[in-house]
Amino acid sequence: MDTLLQQIINGLTVGAIYALIALGYTMVYGILRLINFAHGDIYMLGAFVGYFLAFQLGFATGPSLLGLGMVLIGSMIVAALAGMAIERFAYRPVRKYARMTTLITAIGVSLFIENLFVAKLGAAPRAFPQLLREQSYPLFGNAAISKSQILIFAVSVALMLLLQWIIFKTRVGTAMRAVSFNLNSAKLMGINTDVIISITFALGSALAAAGGVLTAQYNPQIDPLMGILTGLKAFVAAVLGGIGNIPGAVLGGLLIGLAETFVVGYGQNVGIPSTFRDAVAFAILILVLLFRPTGLLGSTVQEKV
Amino acid sequence: MKRIALSLTVIAALLAGFACERRGGVGGDNDTGPIKVGYYGDLSGRTSNFGQSTKNGVMMAADEINKAGGINGRQIQILSEDDEGRPEKAATVVTKLIDQDKVIALLGEVASGNSLAAAPKAQAAKVPMISPSSTNPAVTQVGDYIFRVCFIDPFQGEVMAKFAANTLHAKKAAIMEDFNSPYSRGLTEFFESSFKKLGGQVITKQSYTQGDRDYKGQLTSIRSANPDVIYVPGYYGEVGVIAKQAKQLGINVPLLGGDGWDAPQLFELGGEALNGDYISNHYSVEDPSPAIQKFVGDFNSRYKIKPDALAALGYDAMRVLADAIKRGGTTNGPKLRDAIAATKDFPGVTGVITINAERNAVKSAVVLKIQDGKFVYQETIKP
Repeated sequence: MDTLLQQIINGLTVGAIYALIALGYTMVYGILRLINFAHGDIYMLGAFVGYFLAFQLGFATGPSLLGLGMVLIGSMIVAALAGMAIERFAYRPVRKYARMTTLITAIGVSLFIENLFVAKLGAAPRAFPQLLREQSYPLFGNAAISKSQILIFAVSVALMLLLQWIIFKTRVGTAMRAVSFNLNSAKLMGINTDVIISITFALGSALAAAGGVLTAQYNPQIDPLMGILTGLKAFVAAVLGGIGNIPGAVLGGLLIGLAETFVVGYGQNVGIPSTFRDAVAFAILILVLLFRPTGLLGSTVQEKV
Repeated sequence: MKRIALSLTVIAALLAGFACERRGGVGGDNDTGPIKVGYYGDLSGRTSNFGQSTKNGVMMAADEINKAGGINGRQIQILSEDDEGRPEKAATVVTKLIDQDKVIALLGEVASGNSLAAAPKAQAAKVPMISPSSTNPAVTQVGDYIFRVCFIDPFQGEVMAKFAANTLHAKKAAIMEDFNSPYSRGLTEFFESSFKKLGGQVITKQSYTQGDRDYKGQLTSIRSANPDVIYVPGYYGEVGVIAKQAKQLGINVPLLGGDGWDAPQLFELGGEALNGDYISNHYSVEDPSPAIQKFVGDFNSRYKIKPDALAALGYDAMRVLADAIKRGGTTNGPKLRDAIAATKDFPGVTGVITINAERNAVKSAVVLKIQDGKFVYQETIKP
């Protein structure tokens, strides 16, 4: 029983990170109908910015909450700027062409970022400095929750609520929803769509960077290619929840995280080796596309942002 | 149409060039000029610590030999290639070293998976290859031109099983293996069989793949099985994180590992969580023998870092090769092969090296304990 609870906590931790990244995929898709394949690399970039900030600001020497907060916010800002730059210089110039052009550009940007980092920093994993004094709190039996897991839950819930507030309670959010309904009509209504698209990229990228720093804190190994698989799974999460649908992305992320952890934890009992964890996300993707192409929460008249 | 014709011509010309290159062949025994030795390893990939460290050992040995007048009056020239830790790249760079650079022998790789990809190329071209530290038995089984100067996994797995059963008095072991690595799977197999022979029991076996970031699912299953020790025969990049996450889950039994743990980065990743864990390794920098201390001192003053086992093995591999060239008096492939095969009682820093009929080195291993970011010598286990 305590093992089951522990596996659920483990799964939700991984899932919360997927959810944070999936939000970026889903928001950009909602507005531009573009799958931004470079998004997983923004997550990686966030982790690396956090790594360098921690050293530059002198927080790498010992755990401190202040340091963690500053590193987290700093890397979210840098990633937001990077996301806006990618949109401005890579996607905006080709936006007027067929959608496939932007998609291929996105793949190109992704490869560019990955290989730039490999070339500059090397592919060897680096150790992310410990900014949080690690401690475990027993729940019952053997089950325990660690400080970094609590941090992941707290920060991701806070960020998701903040996002919800921005989208539904602010003028920018209203404009974002308008753009997602119809870009051209929104333009005719006097909305500066370029700025709104920029803001969408900034928000999504900041969330991905937060995911990057939180993951690195939870499990301190970062490398330039860490965004590929995680990004793909977050994308699957977004599709599972219904791409373009914000609560769907969160639900999808948590489900993928749980599914993976259960394959690892219990798969062996039914003859599925733990190395099938990565296959599971994609098996789920195929099933979703076969039986419910719009995703769990998606509908044909969906509310997209 | 014109453009297609042009590109076809270019391709044809290139192919012709390659063909000529190949026909030039290898094993040409020119007796003047430097002796070209190829080194290949992971210099920029996930295990680049291994490749870099080994290269440092190889370079230092080559420089020492050159300073002392070279081999029979000829200098050694090391041509180094980066395989990024990818098997397919290893095969490519080794082909380049053989065909284009015309090296007379190859040194590399660390990871067994990469050595296995490159060895067939060396074998086919009849260029002797000495792996400094690939411990999977299959590596030298590729052919009679493939050698190594380290012990092999059956022995390394047995060493840890013996240590767990006899010294730690462990009865129940859990195993966490790197599913895609021949090194890890080999060690797992041999640890398991030895541990069972010694009366122990393997109660659960979990796996991960290189590049995974979350191991809590596997570790939670291991925790519920309640083992006395956990054998994690992986590479440092993953192991450091595994140790940390195990401690987060309140697992306090020792983790046991192999030489794949030996890299300074292990401590950056795992930190205090690694305290009390044990590994089997090729040698210990704490060994008081004068030869080892001289090597450790020289290496430290040259690179400003203590040599890990891989550096020591790289150093030994280069010196075993040089010794064979000197004894055989030739760089001709088949003759050099025979000379390497005849290596007997060579005094290496990682032990006395004798190449046996399977082209493996027969040597003892040490068990080291991790304490506050250092490997502390525990005991030596003989074959």
